[in-house]
Amino acid sequence: MTAPQKQPRDAAHWARYVEALEVPDGNTGPNVEGRRVVGPLQGFGKMWQKTYRTRIEGASPAEVVGAWRERFPELSGFGEDGFRVPAGGLVPGAVALLGGLSGVMVLYSDEESFTYMTPEGHPFSGWITFSAYADEDGVTTAQAHLLIRANDPLYELMMPLGLHKIEDRTWQRTLKNVAAHFGTNGEVETRVVCVDPKRQWRRYENIRYNALILSVLHAITAPLRWIGRQATSFKPRT
Amino acid sequence: MPQAQVTMDVRKVSDNVSVIDVKGEMTAFAEGVLMDAYAQASDGRVRAIVLNFGGLEYMNSSGIGLLVTLLIRVNREKQRLLTYGLSEHYQNIFQITRLDDAIGIYESEDEAVRAGTA
Repeated sequence: MTAPQKQPRDAAHWARYVEALEVPDGNTGPNVEGRRVVGPLQGFGKMWQKTYRTRIEGASPAEVVGAWRERFPELSGFGEDGFRVPAGGLVPGAVALLGGLSGVMVLYSDEESFTYMTPEGHPFSGWITFSAYADEDGVTTAQAHLLIRANDPLYELMMPLGLHKIEDRTWQRTLKNVAAHFGTNGEVETRVVCVDPKRQWRRYENIRYNALILSVLHAITAPLRWIGRQATSFKPRT
Repeated sequence: MPQAQVTMDVRKVSDNVSVIDVKGEMTAFAEGVLMDAYAQASDGRVRAIVLNFGGLEYMNSSGIGLLVTLLIRVNREKQRLLTYGLSEHYQNIFQITRLDDAIGIYESEDEAVRAGTA
């Protein structure tokens, strides 16, 4: 009989493997339910590494990340409707919905960082990690770090047409809000690196899950579904 | 920035394959150590880099991110990235992060080196 392997200390911080995501709490999330998670290797577009940092005095890394995780909808600016935290909170494996469009899964969470991973159909395939660490002078640096590709050709087209800027502004705003929460008004340093300028053309088929396209199609075909429901519920008098 | 809690020793096991023995913690702070090890492991003739994770004690999501950026560098040099020594826990991590789509996982150094030479 072999002895069980000793679990490393990060074991409880990682999500368990799931074949497909489930939307929690009876919510509706057609662009999340049944989707697989995707990392930066599964996307279509160029791979980008984006890092946003700000310094926060008077709070430890654990305090910063604790508040960030607890108040994520507020501090990110998405609000409670824009980012729906599941009932159990942002724990490893939890699925949060992003408005009606898509969602994210909590891939990893510990005292000083948490990471989201995106599903098929989301604008990006990849990870975003929110973390904090103490610098050599003892001051805490809060950081949002993205490693992403545009998920499909349509999103890749949108990158230079505004998607890059939206992403930058979202996380710069988030870091300012986190800093303000602790009474600091620091500058946000932004660093963007194109890690891989090659597009993965073989991933063009990712477009079949594009959440924007599917949402528009769903809205356009709503009248047809209404007619279908009326037709099936119609019972002629006998 | 905090110190890296990891060491990475490089072994050339054949003309075409180098092994990097990872011992300690794979976190964001390991970036410099990892890239230095890769620079040492890779020369014009190396076709495969094998990461030995038998000594891995801890890895967070930032550590996984480092493996992606390493993979991009390796592919740019037309090399392959392979691993062995992953515990069941870390094999699960590779599966959920879908790194196993692109990084070969093997049971032993012999198997990994043979795959790297093929």
